[in-house]
Amino acid sequence: MSAAFHLAARYVLRHRLQSALLAGALGLVFALPLCLRVLIHHAQQELRARAADTPQIVGTRGSALDLMMTALYFKRENLTPLPFGALAELRQPRSTAAIPLHIRYQAQGAPIVGTELDYFPFRGLKLTAGKQISRLGDCVVGARLAQQRQLQPGGHVFSSPEQAFDMAGVYPLKMRVTGILTQNGTPDDDALFVDLKTAWLIEGRSHGHDDLKTDASVVLQQEEGNIVGNAAVRMFNEVTDANRASFHFHGDIAAYPISAVILLPKDTKTEALLAGQFARSKTQQLIRPRDEMAALLAQLVRLEGFAASALLLTATAALLVTALVFALSFRLRLREFQTLEDVGVSRAALISVKVLEIGMVGVVAIGVGLLLLVGASLLAPQLLRLAL
Amino acid sequence: MSDPSGLNVTDLHFAYSGEGFRLSLPQLELAAGQTLALAGPSGAGKSTLLRLLTGLLTPTSGKVSFGEAQMDTMNREERRAFRLKHIGLVFQDFALLDYLTVEENILLPHQFRVGSAGALTRQKMHELTQRLHIDRYLDKRVSQLSQGERQRVAVARALVHEPRFVFADEPTASLDPARGRIVVDMLIADARQRGVCLVMVTHDPNLLPLFDRTLRMEELATA
Repeated sequence: MSAAFHLAARYVLRHRLQSALLAGALGLVFALPLCLRVLIHHAQQELRARAADTPQIVGTRGSALDLMMTALYFKRENLTPLPFGALAELRQPRSTAAIPLHIRYQAQGAPIVGTELDYFPFRGLKLTAGKQISRLGDCVVGARLAQQRQLQPGGHVFSSPEQAFDMAGVYPLKMRVTGILTQNGTPDDDALFVDLKTAWLIEGRSHGHDDLKTDASVVLQQEEGNIVGNAAVRMFNEVTDANRASFHFHGDIAAYPISAVILLPKDTKTEALLAGQFARSKTQQLIRPRDEMAALLAQLVRLEGFAASALLLTATAALLVTALVFALSFRLRLREFQTLEDVGVSRAALISVKVLEIGMVGVVAIGVGLLLLVGASLLAPQLLRLAL
Repeated sequence: MSDPSGLNVTDLHFAYSGEGFRLSLPQLELAAGQTLALAGPSGAGKSTLLRLLTGLLTPTSGKVSFGEAQMDTMNREERRAFRLKHIGLVFQDFALLDYLTVEENILLPHQFRVGSAGALTRQKMHELTQRLHIDRYLDKRVSQLSQGERQRVAVARALVHEPRFVFADEPTASLDPARGRIVVDMLIADARQRGVCLVMVTHDPNLLPLFDRTLRMEELATA
């Protein structure tokens, strides 16, 4: 056996490139369905957990999936916004807590989530450094985002303009980082959280500028208590202790937009009543993320089955091709095996050589497959984050 | 299986099916330590006789015995086992494995025989390769060697396990006369020294006087 092993090993090593390619291809083909299973299993777990942690979401009527993806994964799905006044109505029954979400803007790719302080205990988020949001223009940063951008309390982050060349659009706001959140392994880790009012400030519904009452040089027109400033008026793109008093809102705050509201009914009865109430609404919808996610995952499982069947066929084809490759290789080496027979090597030993060569390629293929599988397991969270 | 010491052939007949070629050898006895040259023109059946004697071809009739071991009564696997243990073969086309080194090629049959090469076998290999002037190529793959060097590797492989019978099919064909003479001298010396039966096919009439006996194939084969 040792001579057969030696001979097989020498052949495989001498043709290491061909053997490695064959093993790699085999490993890849057989690992793919398993990697797919690992990734889907991880995605199912993650998606289910996030959905299960969020009892109900209210938004404007439209795609339930878009609403869920916006509220859970901070995707900017161009939802028709809810008026902020709707939040007060949702809070009318004392048995329900409601957390508003404003999701529209980004800071260099990271979502800026406008919300209220209730959001943090609801998601189990605490501060690892710094303090909570305390004034307009403050933000707290998700753990992974803070690590990636090396953000610390006292640092600053700029909001990104929606359109680079829209001169009349919203100016970037320089936000003060007050705290870094604990990591909870969810999209919260990659987000930046601000107060709703700061979100509206980014949106341009609020602003701060020079005091027109004390500086006559910046006044264009003054009549019946209304003062109109001229082009020299300085608009503030950062809230500081010195200028914070100058920031003010225009219009009716009840009409200001929010993207969604997370509802936290205190009991199942309240939950059922809310569901019934919104079923009749023509403008708003209430979704249970758990149900929506279950429906989405059911589709995903069906797709997985289809993909697995296709990959199984590919694997069978790869196996047949591999068998052909070995058969052709052994055929080409007929003279070599004949020589060994002539020298006196037994048929069993020759079969051992062939089996060992196949086995060695197979072992390397299994190794490649296992590496891919381990890689898929380790990279599953990152891949899911990229996919979402 | 008893320890064989001499080669005996009795009433050997062979014919390729569908061809007119026929080979008959009524009697051949070769004692231990004797050398025999098979001579004759191309196509006379020298290689065929060699293959018949080593069990690579099965005779139509007749007996081939190595001492008490009768080749014609052995099955295929028994013949292989006998060759592996007792016979050293030098093939006309060397039959070396290109992906192995010189050392690995020489030791390969021995490894299949006993599992691994011991110190004595390695010492024998070094002696042989020195005498054949291929000792500096031990770590080289045979594909990097010249024809003559490959032929000498094939000779070393046939002798390294100290077989009781050596059959060589034109082992000097790819060698210059001087190197050819060294190889033949070594084969004959080894046969006489160890009491080995040597049967060698050759075209070279100058080598024939070196052998104890010569068998002319023209007298045995008919086309």
